[in-house]
Amino acid sequence: MKLAYWMYAGPAHIGTLRIASSFQNVHGIMHAPLGDDYFNVMRSMLERERDFTPVTASIVDRHVLARGSQEKVVDNITRKDSEEHPDLIVLTPTCTSSILQEDLQNFVQRASLSTTADVILADVNHYRVNELQAADRTLDQIVQFYIEKARRQGTLSTTKTPTPSVNIIGLTTLGFHNQHDCRELKHLMADLGIQVNLVLPAGASVHDLARLPQAWFNLVPYREIGGLSAQYLANEFGMPSVTITPMGVIETARCIRAIQSVLNEQGADVNYEPLIEHQTRDVSQAAWFSRSIDCQNLTGKKAVVFGDNTHAAAMTKILTREMGIHVVWAGTYCKYDADWFRTEVTGLCDEVLITDDHTVVGDAIARVEPAAIFGTQMERHVGKRLNIPCGVIAAPIHIQDFPVGYRPFLGYEGTNQLVDLIYNSFTLGMEDHLLEIFGGHDTKEVIHKGLSAATDLTWTTDGLAELNKIPGFVRGKVKRNTEKFAREQGITEITVEVLYAAKEAVGA
Amino acid sequence: MTTTAPNALNVECETGNYHTFCPISCVAWLYQKIEDSFFLVIGTKTCGYFLQNAMGVMIFAEPRYAMAELEEGDISAQLNDYEELKRLCLQIKRDRNPSVIVWIGTCTTEIIKMDLEGLAPKLEAEIGIPIVVARANGLDYAFTQGEDTVLAAMAARCPTPTAVTNTEERNPIQRLLNFGKKKEEVQAEASQYHDHPPLVLFGSLPDPVVTQLTLELKKQGIQVSGWLPSKRYTELPVVDEGYYVAGVNPFLSRTATTLMRRRKCNLINAPFPIGPDGTRAWVEALCTTFGIEPQGLAEREAQTWEKLADYLELVRGKSVFFMGDNLLEISLARFLIRCGMRVHEIGIPYMDKRYQAAELNLLSQTCAAMDHPLPTIVEKPDNYNQLQRIKALQPDLVITGMAHANPLEARGMSTKWSVEFTFAQIHGFGNARDILELVTRPLRRNQALAGLGWQQLV
Ligand code: SF4
Repeated sequence: MKLAYWMYAGPAHIGTLRIASSFQNVHGIMHAPLGDDYFNVMRSMLERERDFTPVTASIVDRHVLARGSQEKVVDNITRKDSEEHPDLIVLTPTCTSSILQEDLQNFVQRASLSTTADVILADVNHYRVNELQAADRTLDQIVQFYIEKARRQGTLSTTKTPTPSVNIIGLTTLGFHNQHDCRELKHLMADLGIQVNLVLPAGASVHDLARLPQAWFNLVPYREIGGLSAQYLANEFGMPSVTITPMGVIETARCIRAIQSVLNEQGADVNYEPLIEHQTRDVSQAAWFSRSIDCQNLTGKKAVVFGDNTHAAAMTKILTREMGIHVVWAGTYCKYDADWFRTEVTGLCDEVLITDDHTVVGDAIARVEPAAIFGTQMERHVGKRLNIPCGVIAAPIHIQDFPVGYRPFLGYEGTNQLVDLIYNSFTLGMEDHLLEIFGGHDTKEVIHKGLSAATDLTWTTDGLAELNKIPGFVRGKVKRNTEKFAREQGITEITVEVLYAAKEAVGA
Repeated sequence: MTTTAPNALNVECETGNYHTFCPISCVAWLYQKIEDSFFLVIGTKTCGYFLQNAMGVMIFAEPRYAMAELEEGDISAQLNDYEELKRLCLQIKRDRNPSVIVWIGTCTTEIIKMDLEGLAPKLEAEIGIPIVVARANGLDYAFTQGEDTVLAAMAARCPTPTAVTNTEERNPIQRLLNFGKKKEEVQAEASQYHDHPPLVLFGSLPDPVVTQLTLELKKQGIQVSGWLPSKRYTELPVVDEGYYVAGVNPFLSRTATTLMRRRKCNLINAPFPIGPDGTRAWVEALCTTFGIEPQGLAEREAQTWEKLADYLELVRGKSVFFMGDNLLEISLARFLIRCGMRVHEIGIPYMDKRYQAAELNLLSQTCAAMDHPLPTIVEKPDNYNQLQRIKALQPDLVITGMAHANPLEARGMSTKWSVEFTFAQIHGFGNARDILELVTRPLRRNQALAGLGWQQLV
C-alpha cells in the first residue's frame, strides 16, 4: 500500500482507450464498474471533442460478481457491433478485471463469432503497466493484428511507394500538443519531399494498416508511444525507423540527417543540408535567439526540468546546449524507461531525478530554487507556491494545455514556440523579482493626489542619474515609492542616499 | 385531501449503461464540509486518476484526502492489510492530526473482500483516532450516493444525550445564530420556538445554505437542534431515540434508514427544499409533523416566484430531458414543471420510492396542477437508447454529464452540465434563482448568439 495524492501517468486502461479513440471507427468497451468511463469526460472536455467518444462500459456490478460477466460482455460487444458498426472493438480490462480473473479472451472469441467487427482483448495488466506502456502495447497489438490478417487474406502490400514515404507513428488523443505536432511533422515531411504514407493512430482507419509496409521508413517522434510498433515492423519487414524527437534546433537537424541517411541507404540520393541551413537561419528564430542579448542574459541561470521522457530530455538539451542555461536537475516519471533518460541527459545537467512521487519533485525544486521550472501542471503549482515561474512541457495537463491556436513543440515552428515559452518564463520571474527589489506590486496607496502633479520634491542630479539606471518598466514605481518615503520622512531633496534608504525601507 | 398516488407515475428500468461519477467523488465536497476530517480512499490508480482529474484545481490545495494505493502484494494478500493501513494512518496522524479518518472502500476492496469494518475498530483503538468506514464503490452506487454511504456511517457515530454534558456548546448552529447575543437574550429567544421534539436535519450543504434553511424554520418556530454532518466531526449532533429527522437531499435513503432503524428516529417524509414549491412543501411537512400552523409561507413562496419572472419567461413552454446521473432529477423536474417547462423524461440512477414518496407525490400533483402529462421516470437508464430518444424528440434542453454535453452541442442540442447542480447552492427560497440561472444559461447563450447560423457543427 502506498499513500498517494497525485500521479503522473494514469492507469493502463487510459492508454488503451487513447489508442482506440485515436483510430477512426474503433470502439473501446471497458470491462469496468459504473463510473470508470471517466475517460469520456476527459476526452470531451480537454479536447473539446465534437463527437461522442467511442468508449462504452460493460458494467461490472454485484450481479456480475456473483455470476461472472460472460453473457454481459458478449452481449455488449455484439450490441455495439450492430449499433455502431465499428471496424474493430477493443475489449479493455481495468483494475477490476485484473483481479476478477475471468477468461476475457474466451469472451472475445465467442463474441467475434457473431460480430461483423473484429474484436480483440487489449493485452494490458493494470498492475504491471501504466498508461504510456499500455498505449504502446495496444497500438502494437492492433498493428500486428491487421498485418497478420492482411497476410492471411493476401492483401498485404509490401511494395514500396515510388517516391520516399514515411509512417508517422505514435500520435494520439489526449497526447500533449499532438494535434499540432502532427500538422508540423506533415509540413516538415512535405518540405523534405517525403510522402506521408500513414499517420498512426490519430485519424487512421484500421483498413489502412495493411499499407504500412509500403513506406520507406517509420518516424517515431515520441519515446513513449510507437516504439513497439516500429520495432515489430522492423523485424517483419526490415523497415528502418528514425526515433529522434525533432524537438529543438539541434535535434530537429539530427532527426532530418537520420532520415536522410535512411533514405539514401535505400537509394534516394537526397541532401537535406541546404534545407536544414535555410530553416535554421530563416524559419526558426531559435538559432538567432541563442545569439541575441535576450538569451545572453539567461546564461548560467538555473532551471529544473521534469516530465515524460520525450519532453524532459528534449527540453534539457535545448536549455543547456541551445541557450546556455544551467539545468540543475532533470527528471522523468517514466521509471520503467529510466536508463534511456539517463543516457540522453548525461552531461547536460548536474543531477538526474527519477521518481513518480510529486513531493520528491517539489522538495527538489524548493532545495534548488531555480529561476524557472519546466514541468507538468503539478510543478506549475509548486512554482506558484514558491513564486517561481513554470512552463508546462508534459502531461498531466489541463484544458489550457489544449490550445486551439497552433502550438507545436516539434519541428521548426516548434522551436519558435519553445523560445517564447522559455524566454517568457524567465522574464516573468525576473520582472517579478525586480518589482520586489524596488518596492513591490502595491499601487493601492495613493502617494499624492494626481501622480504627475507639480511636486514639492526635487531630485538632485546624482539621484536622478541613479533613478535612470533602473530598468524602465519599474522606474516609475521606484520613483513613486522613493517620493512617498521622502515625504513621510520630511525630506525635500532626493539624493542617491535617499533613493537607497527608500529601497531599504520598503524591503524591510 | 386527495392526492395522486405516486405509483400513477410510470417508472421504467433500463440496462444501467449510463455515465455518472464514481461515488468516491463525495470526498471532494465532504472533506471541505467536515473541516477536521481526513478521507483515505483505499483503492487503485483508477480511483486516484478519477479523483485527481474530477477534483480539478482543488487537488493542488493540499486537500485532506489521499489514496491508499493498493499494489500487487496487497491483492495477493502477501502484505498484511492491517499493518499496511496502520502505517499509512499513523503517517496521516503525524502530518495532519485529523479528528476522524474516513476510509472509503472501493470496488477493489469489495472484490478482494478486505474487511475494513473489522479492521477499523481495532486500529481506531490502537492509534486513538476514530475511523469511519464507508463503502462508496462503483459496484453498488452512483455519484451522490457516495455521500449517503458516508453519512449513514457517520449517523452511527452521533453521540447520545447521556454521552454529552454540555449540549448547548456542542450545537454549532445555535451558536452561530446566537452569535453576539447575551445569555438572557438567548433564553428569551428560546421561548420563540414552539415546544416540539428535537429535530435533526441530514445532508451536507454549504454553510450559507445551512444558515438559510435553519433561519427559514426559525420563522415557523421550529428549532434545528443539529445537522448531520456538521462543520467538524467533533460537533456531530446529538441523536436519541424519538428524535425527528428530515433529509434535505433526495439521495440520502441509506442515511434515513440508518437513522430510523439504528437510532430509532422518526423520519419526516417530505419533498426536498429545492425550488420555492419544494421549500414550501418541505417546511409545511415539518410544521404539520409538529402540529404547527405555518405562518406566511404562501406569501413567501409567491414573492420568490415573482422575483423569478424574467427567467420564467425564458423557460415557459420549453422542453427538457434529464439523462440522469445524480439523483436530484425528480426534484428538479418537479420544480421545472412548476416553472412551465415540459419534461420528456426523467432519467435517474436509482429510485427509492419510499424515501422519495412525498417528492413523487408532489411531482404528480404538480403535473395535475400544470396540466402536464405524467413524465416517464427511467431508472438505470441506457445512455445509448436515450441519445436515440433525444434525437427523435429534439428537446430544447438536455441535462446531462460532460461526456455527452459537447457532442450534443455540436449537433445543435442545448445542454446543461448536470454536475453543476450538485455543487451550486440550490436549496431554499433564496437559491431558486440559482437553479434557474443554471437552467437558462444555455437558453440565454442561444439568444446571445442567435442568427449566426452555425448551431450544427459536426
Ligand atoms: S468505480 Fe470502483 S474502481 Fe472505479 S474509481 Fe470508483 S471505486 Fe475506484
